[in-house]
Amino acid sequence: MAGHHLAQLNVGTLRHPLDDPRTHGFTSMLDTLNDVADRSPGFVWRLVGDGSNDATAVQTTLGADVIVNMSVWESRDSLWDYVYRSGHLDVLRRRAEWFELPKTAFQVMWWIPAGHVPTVEEAVERLRHLRAHGPSPSAFGFRDTYTPEDAGLGVANIDGHDQGPDHRLSATG
Amino acid sequence: MEDIEAIVVLQDPVRRQLYEYVVAQDHEVSRNEASEGAGIGRTLAAFHLDKLVDAGLLATESRRLTGRSGPGAGRPAKLYRRSGAEHHVSVPARDYRTAADLLAEVADGARLDVELRAAAAREGRAVRVAAGPIEDLNAVRTVLSTRGYEPRTDADGTVLRLVNCPFHVLSERHPALICGMNLALLEGLLEDTEGLRARLDPQPGMCCVTVESSKNNDD
Repeated sequence: MAGHHLAQLNVGTLRHPLDDPRTHGFTSMLDTLNDVADRSPGFVWRLVGDGSNDATAVQTTLGADVIVNMSVWESRDSLWDYVYRSGHLDVLRRRAEWFELPKTAFQVMWWIPAGHVPTVEEAVERLRHLRAHGPSPSAFGFRDTYTPEDAGLGVANIDGHDQGPDHRLSATG
Repeated sequence: MEDIEAIVVLQDPVRRQLYEYVVAQDHEVSRNEASEGAGIGRTLAAFHLDKLVDAGLLATESRRLTGRSGPGAGRPAKLYRRSGAEHHVSVPARDYRTAADLLAEVADGARLDVELRAAAAREGRAVRVAAGPIEDLNAVRTVLSTRGYEPRTDADGTVLRLVNCPFHVLSERHPALICGMNLALLEGLLEDTEGLRARLDPQPGMCCVTVESSKNNDD
């Protein structure tokens, strides 16, 4: 399946502001975790804010208190091993200390042609699609096993725009 | 093959010995190694290893051991390791896994991490009381063996790595919740045990927790 990468976005609503001492446990881990990600097998790219090493300052239409994290991986397994089989798991274990209880899907993944750098807007659109319609080849979670072919990405053309059913997403989402 | 048939295959003492030898190794095992490990002839070992594969208890692949390839490299060796399949039998039929998954689903969604960790720590303390004094890494190893963790001591003898996760299916479906529970369980077990601590150290294919002798880790 060379030629395709897996993009993921996850979002969280902070219980306290980023610079609040009660959030310090989370923010103090960020540099280490990002470093682990950068060195993980299968890591391709991650979103960082201007002049920053992380994405905590990146704002979206999801709200001012929502922080985002977005990255691209060679495969589902490489992403899984980073998220759940590295030091990153400790942040997840302690998530309730720093983040509000999510009322809806807070993570989404989707296939992209290798080389494509997803935008935050595109990612948020995928998340909204997942929230509105449930898992599909265009927007899914770890429990799902959709392939790039399912997403119509088998015939990516040269400028990286897929030709499958996925192209309707921006019109309907 | 039915679960009960797979388990019956292990009733044969030679097969059981071979199975236990293969799953205790940290690498894939050749027929030669397995036959030496179990103290039986190579032909007999090969026969029983393949019975274990047929039963879905072991998996196999062929690879050249020497690293050479092409003509003259010899035939690839057949290597055995534990299969990813799980087998369990309950008489009469019980289905705790579905119940556990539904409960975990709800606890995960409601973020009951802290409450679950508190309950797990209590369970860990109860296990410690039942097990008697736990004084060193060897004692931890014995307790965790009986609970299915398949502990393995590192070369320098200061770290216990847990090769099997007793909550495997749940931990794949709800990793943050279940690994937090598992850590709390082992922390409860080791509470008041001087010089030993449980630590979250997840690595691919292993349990998320390791137990280490903190005397050698003064960080």
